[in-house]
Amino acid sequence: MPMVNYIWVGMTIIGIIFGIANGTMDEVNKAIFKGAADAVTLCIGLISILVFWLGMMKIAEESGLLEKLSSFFRPVVKWLFPEVPVRHPAMGYILSNIIANMFGLGNAATPLGIKAMEQLKELNGGKDYASRSMVTFLAINTSSITLIPTTVIAIRMNYHSASPTEIVVPTLIATIISAICGILIDRYFYYRRSRKG
Amino acid sequence: MGILSLISLWFIPILIGFILLYGTFKGVPTYESFVEGGKEGIKIAISIIPFLVGMLVAISVFRASGALDYLMEFIRPALKSIGVPAEIVPLAIIRPISGTAALGMTADLIAAHGPDSFIGRLASVLQGSTDTTFYVLTVYFGAVGIRKMGDALKVGLLADVAGIAAAILVVVYIWY
Repeated sequence: MPMVNYIWVGMTIIGIIFGIANGTMDEVNKAIFKGAADAVTLCIGLISILVFWLGMMKIAEESGLLEKLSSFFRPVVKWLFPEVPVRHPAMGYILSNIIANMFGLGNAATPLGIKAMEQLKELNGGKDYASRSMVTFLAINTSSITLIPTTVIAIRMNYHSASPTEIVVPTLIATIISAICGILIDRYFYYRRSRKG
Repeated sequence: MGILSLISLWFIPILIGFILLYGTFKGVPTYESFVEGGKEGIKIAISIIPFLVGMLVAISVFRASGALDYLMEFIRPALKSIGVPAEIVPLAIIRPISGTAALGMTADLIAAHGPDSFIGRLASVLQGSTDTTFYVLTVYFGAVGIRKMGDALKVGLLADVAGIAAAILVVVYIWY
């Protein structure tokens, strides 16, 4: 059974047991319904962003802009995603997602990432397990390079930092290191998988 | 730094303008294409609701019951022994699990220790340099119906650990 099932059940059951042991059942009760409500609010909030950016990206796709973008970064992306044909639209979406992440545009990045996953699934014959490229894409995504950490700068400004933007370069360096590590970790797991057959 | 904030301010409007002009120039029926692509957005947003409801309920039960605090207390000594400051430990643990909780903690730490303190800077870099792995996994894989995640979670979480380590090293090296 896929691991996510165990994690999901584990978190919930451990939470309930702790609720009994700690006398926090009241909080647990509230958390159940608040968690569900938060999730729906989040999805409803996503509708506007998803509609807008997927609409824009459709224009970019049909005008050939996405393909232009991917041909520019072809060498790097070809090395990262050897299973994806260079002219495939997945490349354009993967790149747009990475670029949106770099600029701290998490809202714009999500729709593009979903589109990229959709294309990668198609390439994988529509199967319901994660392909090599999907795992790589995820590794890059969670450790992605950040050029402008917009929200953090805003918080620092709120608390009257002498220099709210002084963390931009350190963040950039830290994310470059973590992106390299993410790619190496992904490669390691891939080779371990392929050795097992 | 003025240039950086200017870029972040101008980036989206300029990008939109560019996509629209380029599409028009290439003879794409821009409005119709926009609507076509947008329809997909609604479908995706609705289809990820069950995935997020399931995941967020589990996470908030885990947090509200006090189990998360216990886990943190349990891990704290180990992290502290390898040089992670105690104040930053909860943030490091929560960062991959919940984006909103992490943002709240970052704001708390910055408010309590000051934005230009060691902890304040470390929290800032940490928040900016890692992502909510659970959210990305749930939403991206959920939206397209991937059920077997393979090594994705392991790889994502290990990448987060690398990100946290990198953030600490960089902050210590640059400022201290």
